Amino acid sequence: MGEFVLEMQNVSKSYYGTQVLKNVSIAVKPGEIHAILGENGAGKSTLMNILFGMSVIHSTGGFEGEVRLGGEAVAIKSPMQAMELGIGMVHQEFMLIPGFSIVENIKLNREILKDNIVSRVFGEKMKGLDHNSMAKDAKAALNTVGLTIDEWARVAGLPVGHMQFVEIAREIDKENIRLLVFDEPTAVLTENEAANLLATMRKLADSGIAILFITHRLDEVMEVADNVTILRDGALVSTLRKQDTSVVRMAELMVGREIETMAREKGSEMGQDSTILSIRDLHVRMPGEEIRGVSLEVKRGEIFGIGGLSGQGKIGIANGIMGLYPATGEVLLNGEKLELNNTKGSLARGLAFVSEDRRGVGLMLDSSIEENIAFTAMQVKNKFVRKYGPFSQVAQGEMRQHALAMIKELDIRCRGPLQATRRLSGGNQQKVCIARALTLDPIVLFVSEPTRGIDVGAKRLVLETLVKLNKEFGMTIVMTSSELAEIRSVCDRIAIISKGQVEGILAPDASDADYGLMMSGDFAKARREGVV
Amino acid sequence: MSKQITNAAASQTRRTKAIQSIKNFLSDNIVTIMFAILCYVGFKLSGLSLMFIVNDLVNRVGRNGVLILALIIPVLAGMGLNFAIVLGAMAGQVAVIIVIHYGWSGIIGFLAAMAISTPVALLFGWLTGHLLNRTKGQEMITSMITGFFANGVYQLVFLVLVGTVIPMVNPEIMLPSGIGIKNTLDIGRIKYAVDNLSRVTFPTAVLAGSVGILLYLGYRFWKSRIDGRVTLTVVSVLTPLIAAGAMAFWSITTMNSKSMLNMVRVPVVTFLFIGAVCLFITFIASTKLGQDFRTIGQDLHIAQVSGINVNKTRIIAITMSMVLAAWGQLFFLQNVGALNTFAAHEQVGRFAIAALLIGGASVSKATIGQALLGAVLFHTLFVVSPAAGRQLLGDAQLGEFFRAFVAYGVIALSLGMHAWQKAAESKRKNR
Repeated sequence: MGEFVLEMQNVSKSYYGTQVLKNVSIAVKPGEIHAILGENGAGKSTLMNILFGMSVIHSTGGFEGEVRLGGEAVAIKSPMQAMELGIGMVHQEFMLIPGFSIVENIKLNREILKDNIVSRVFGEKMKGLDHNSMAKDAKAALNTVGLTIDEWARVAGLPVGHMQFVEIAREIDKENIRLLVFDEPTAVLTENEAANLLATMRKLADSGIAILFITHRLDEVMEVADNVTILRDGALVSTLRKQDTSVVRMAELMVGREIETMAREKGSEMGQDSTILSIRDLHVRMPGEEIRGVSLEVKRGEIFGIGGLSGQGKIGIANGIMGLYPATGEVLLNGEKLELNNTKGSLARGLAFVSEDRRGVGLMLDSSIEENIAFTAMQVKNKFVRKYGPFSQVAQGEMRQHALAMIKELDIRCRGPLQATRRLSGGNQQKVCIARALTLDPIVLFVSEPTRGIDVGAKRLVLETLVKLNKEFGMTIVMTSSELAEIRSVCDRIAIISKGQVEGILAPDASDADYGLMMSGDFAKARREGVV
Repeated sequence: MSKQITNAAASQTRRTKAIQSIKNFLSDNIVTIMFAILCYVGFKLSGLSLMFIVNDLVNRVGRNGVLILALIIPVLAGMGLNFAIVLGAMAGQVAVIIVIHYGWSGIIGFLAAMAISTPVALLFGWLTGHLLNRTKGQEMITSMITGFFANGVYQLVFLVLVGTVIPMVNPEIMLPSGIGIKNTLDIGRIKYAVDNLSRVTFPTAVLAGSVGILLYLGYRFWKSRIDGRVTLTVVSVLTPLIAAGAMAFWSITTMNSKSMLNMVRVPVVTFLFIGAVCLFITFIASTKLGQDFRTIGQDLHIAQVSGINVNKTRIIAITMSMVLAAWGQLFFLQNVGALNTFAAHEQVGRFAIAALLIGGASVSKATIGQALLGAVLFHTLFVVSPAAGRQLLGDAQLGEFFRAFVAYGVIALSLGMHAWQKAAESKRKNR
């Protein structure tokens, strides 16, 4: 019965009525590297949360299905219990304490203790630490992962690649470890470090540890995995042996979905080929969404899509151009150079931005709809402002009229222009954001994640609004979104961002395989090798 | 030729490195250095004799030392500066009032007060710990407000409930109406109960201190043999050795001279107790519990995920601090000899915290050395500033204002610098 280390059978989970996992089953043998592949939101992290008994699962009503470890059904209630059962996790963001030495991190809360006089009376907690034995164990674990480094060095100064190996060393130092989960471990590594890591994973697997390898990099799957399970929208698409599949096939399975094209003809034909915005070698230092040298040309009157997996940098482009995060490079608007890192300047030049952080950056939640709509234009363009010498007053009447017009135009469902935006539904909040951007009479409108956190019906309305603006007013729109299907349904051209750079530009009707490959950053390589 | 150039360049970089490290030292210890200078200038201006200052200082450090040391453990556990030691001080005062009521005196009375204050402080610590666990990240402001709140309860108990709900008859310490405790209590019964157990002259104490340094050096030497992390360098051996030698030399020559410092009598048991508290903190820091404190102090989330019972550990930290504060207040009161029933505890938190910060500690880092150095500097300033104010401006009151200004100023400065450093750090991380 002990053939599999881990079996998860027919696992389903919903959060507040939304199903995020449907009947997913997975089985891993000792010594196997099992890759789990999927886009953002495919259900990978929910599956791992269930495996580790995270409180987010249990506080929302638990899950359906069964988890078996070594053939025995287990109910894992806490990460601590998962650890005791021999499941380890190498986290994507490091779970290391920078101020501690490597030894202390590896032995965190598993310190080797020694008796002293006080501990004999007052118990365990008063025992001292046996630093020598701790160092010996740590050294052994570091050797296993092939890291030669002073074990008393502080973690704070280590290169990122080393930190990853310290994490692994900590997990394999646990004596009963039998299943190790790697959560996108190569995301922050250089190519060299990544190759090292993969080799180490193979070595660990050969020593009999089962490995779950969560990733979206297809070439890595091909390199080390024995089997691969592909998830999409919370459902199991397929479990394949590596030999039976290819990068292209996996890419198709990962992305493939029906695309509903919005019924739309091309917008105004005029000026189709003239460039309105050109971006050259843009670098943006946005934490977690860094852009490292992007060049793009956006044409007048088009809807330009920017897609890619989260963390790859797509959101950084609009934020960088609008001056919300420090940027370098060159941006030309209508052939004239735009001053970077100057939000007010960007707005004044005719760029408008609907932020992905709707409730944080996008809206003043306790202010009224009309104030939200008018605010930026007031600041930047002196609209809705009456001047009396050195003093100025808000022109209430003008503002009200404009707000009413916008509410009608964009069909914002509200109790009136004085309602606080906090009370509005997500879709209507988004429309207020768009209304505010429109009040600036923009030449180019940036829209980031316009449908995030909005229910399905409202999503469609927001997208239709964008298409209408484009079609009726010939407005150029640059839309960034994590939902590939959505950009493919409304955009004319789509750039896919990977590792902070443009992986390629595709037409909306390009094949699923191309999209999948580009998202995982394997497109250029696959093309070189002549697969596509 | 080229070799010369590289040599010159090397010495250049060495020099800039040395300048950089001096700069770092100055900027890291700017508060402490400023206060050392301030104390020296104040001393010169005040015109007070060295003997007077040393005498006062021995008194003040002795009576405040434990209170300041009580702050270290919560800092270690990442809970910031524990303004709630005010509650610990109240626990001590409750015990003193009970002891005075029953008329116990001397060292027996003091030990009884310690015994009574301990369970009270444990209870206060347990309650405060639970409160702080619900307000993670705002421990300092919560503990400060808890102090004010507890003060209200304290007044309710000792002004209203005593003599009404709590049956107590004792005209000596109660208000004439029979309800409530008097504003000021004479606790002469336990005055100097510990201090006067044994006293030695100041030079003798310094000599004992030099022996202590030598013992510590021996311990380090032994430790370096069995623990790979402890390595002895020339500097780390020579500095204490020279210091101990100088102290011994000075104390022996002074002993045999007619120096007024021979008149200063150091309370032995009090300082031994302070030493014991230092050892206790060092010991705790080296245990599994201490490692848990540090882990929590560094990163709450990681500590939780790695299975440390964060809430329980934090309660233990705050409770230890509370008990030490209660005992610290008892040492304070036995030295002062009078209990200002409704005010004695109020300033305890602020003054102890100011002293700790002046010693170079911060919201997230505090050592025993910093606590002791801070105690000396802060109280030197306390002693000299009124006299310096009188000499300089003809008004002692100005010196008083100055030291209140300093106590609050240094706390505000330290909190501001902590926030600034944190912001700079997160900026660095995001780059």
